[in-house]
Amino acid sequence: MRAAAFITGGTMQKENTTKKDNIFTRFIAKIKNIFLTIAHSSLATKLSCGFMGVGQIMRKQIVKGIIYALLEVLFFVFMILSGGSYIARFLFSGHLGTVGEGTYWNEDEGIYETVPGDNSFLILLYGILSLTVVIFFISLWVMNIRGSLENDRLLAEGKKVNTFKQDCSLLINKKFYIPLLVPPLIGLLVFTVLPIVFMVLIAFTNYDYQHLPPSKLFDWVGFVNFGNLFSIAEGTGFLLVFLRVLLWTFVWAFIATFTNYFLGMILALMINKKGIKLKMLWRTLFVIAIAIPQFITLLLMSKILDGDGILNKMLGTTIYWLSDTRYASLLPRVMIILVNMWIGIPYTILMCSGILMNIPQEMYEAAKLDGANAWQLFIKIVLPYMLHVTGPYLITQFVGNINNFNVIWLLTGGGPGDNILYGVGNAQSTDLLVTWLYRLTTDTNVQYNMASVIGIVIFVICASLSLVTYNKTKAAKNEEDFQ
Amino acid sequence: MKHNAKTAKKALLGQSARTKIANGVIYFVLATLGILWVTPIVFLVYTSLRVTPNTGIINQLFPEDLQLGFGNFGRLFRDTQFGIWLGNTILVAVCSCALTTLFILMVSYAFSRMRFKLRKPIMNVMLVLGMFPGFMSMIAIYFILKAVGLTNSLFALILVYSGGAALSYYICKGFFDTIPRSLEEAAILDGASQWTICWRIIFPLSKPIIVYTILTSFISPWCDFIFVNVIINNTSPEKFTVALGLYKLINADKGSFNTNFTVFCAGAVIVGGIITALFLSMQKYYVEGVTGGAVK
Repeated sequence: MRAAAFITGGTMQKENTTKKDNIFTRFIAKIKNIFLTIAHSSLATKLSCGFMGVGQIMRKQIVKGIIYALLEVLFFVFMILSGGSYIARFLFSGHLGTVGEGTYWNEDEGIYETVPGDNSFLILLYGILSLTVVIFFISLWVMNIRGSLENDRLLAEGKKVNTFKQDCSLLINKKFYIPLLVPPLIGLLVFTVLPIVFMVLIAFTNYDYQHLPPSKLFDWVGFVNFGNLFSIAEGTGFLLVFLRVLLWTFVWAFIATFTNYFLGMILALMINKKGIKLKMLWRTLFVIAIAIPQFITLLLMSKILDGDGILNKMLGTTIYWLSDTRYASLLPRVMIILVNMWIGIPYTILMCSGILMNIPQEMYEAAKLDGANAWQLFIKIVLPYMLHVTGPYLITQFVGNINNFNVIWLLTGGGPGDNILYGVGNAQSTDLLVTWLYRLTTDTNVQYNMASVIGIVIFVICASLSLVTYNKTKAAKNEEDFQ
Repeated sequence: MKHNAKTAKKALLGQSARTKIANGVIYFVLATLGILWVTPIVFLVYTSLRVTPNTGIINQLFPEDLQLGFGNFGRLFRDTQFGIWLGNTILVAVCSCALTTLFILMVSYAFSRMRFKLRKPIMNVMLVLGMFPGFMSMIAIYFILKAVGLTNSLFALILVYSGGAALSYYICKGFFDTIPRSLEEAAILDGASQWTICWRIIFPLSKPIIVYTILTSFISPWCDFIFVNVIINNTSPEKFTVALGLYKLINADKGSFNTNFTVFCAGAVIVGGIITALFLSMQKYYVEGVTGGAVK
């Protein structure tokens, strides 16, 4: 009975608690419950707590038991050989290494000697990796105890424990989701979660061009970088540059999203209008632009529009389409938006064409009978319908444009630099937050710590926008509507 | 009565004249914009065919000594390592496409057709993870790969392209959600395992979305040059993909644009041609995927 309660997440203890109990006392109760459960369990389970797999082997689940035991041995070997020391240094020393690589005076020997030293970077990286391994081991351990308790229950009810074969067949039936999810989630862990954790931690260090391991170590600095982002102090304050980049990011995302959306929709309406011939030809003319990879189009455009580029030579002019700094770099900004329209509108046409055909014809007929003209049809019928259907798409596009690295980087490289509010951030006039982040990590004066802070800011902006959409999308709530 | 019919006819005539004018305007707009949209592509193809001058110094659109031919394509394969880049890209695209598609289908199936305790929490965590900008993790990925000695290899590139693939399962899951549950209930009554249901019932019914997933994941390595730029060393051109190779062709240094521009155009035409062919052959599925995803 107690075993069952432990397995189902402590339903038993829920009955005993009242609403007055706060989270803390409930947590204590839960822990107490777990200990009680294990104390009342069989010898096999208790042994499993000490050494994984013993309980399973005692119950004749030989293969399973051996796998558990092997994993435990592996874990301890890993911890003793490397992981343990990294965790100790990463978590408990409070510093990311003490001695950098270099030549030091050795008093005992009376000579200068070269020391390999610590490497803050590797301590941080391996620390996180080792911590992940520990978390894995703990969940494995819990799994092992739960399995043993489950065996206790089965035996108490007079049933037999699962054989290895039965366990396997469970994996392609009731628990099919485990083999399905484990490989992709491991990929996700290594290539997304770990890097993100790593970069978030970097935001709390002073990892920049003055602290590049292995010769110069970096260390924890707490919230200093976040403070710098919001300060206007000479030399360290990022606030003015940040606000400038943020403003342009939003202006760009807004204009880019709406021009693409509305102009694309109008073109789709034109192509799909009754009585327009050669529909296929018009559609192909626009859609063919999708087939050319974005980076090719953008490189081509950047070369055509260059100061001594092809367009200027043909026109015989010297207009700096992408590097004119007058009027707060107005010309490059307009050009970027125009080129982005060239790239983005075909996608909108493709999407809108499908949806426009779904608008019930009766709505048009009824409106026409009431004497509505084309403009009224658009405003009162088409637009509300489209906004209703593609609202979430619009916000995804907006977020996508905030992160639109390619267009900016390949066209202007974030430039031109116009010396307004440069500050320490080194941002340029068409830099978005993402390109600025990239610049900070590839510059000669790298500032990984500030890049991380900006990454977190981008995350907060995108996350709040996306959450609004996600909550408003019906698809998320009614996912079983069609099943 | 007669009067009414007359005005109605008159209105109709007026209307048809107005429709004609409106259609005329629409034709004009479509033609102008259509030409505007096609011009860069025509320019690209035209430049790739120009033999004189075969440099980036293009002063006239139609010089008097204009010669057209396939010389640039010859130079592309002879003077640059484009053939190797093409092979690399195909290798990376095929492998990462297989892995990505597999991962996405696995995750979508688990989240759409099965119910288990951690389902909602995992989905929420994945939603949040998707909101971090990819560039933020790029540098860390580079260092992780460096720590295990995998930088500067195509294998690393495949891992990077498909490792985080699970995050983009939404469109596929949305499609799976629309398949009636009664189908699999019937199969369970007949004693089918989840594996059989997945392989024999759900996947055959999801052909459009599977083709869409394959297509998009096959194309992305052709277009990405930022991750390649970070992972592959600048000094080992034999490991470039076409994107990085073409980028370097005209951006390596100041003079490279002038010498290589027409060759770059030839490479761009080949890459564009391959992707266009892929699109055309699977256009139907692509449209279904895009609209399906957008509506949801």
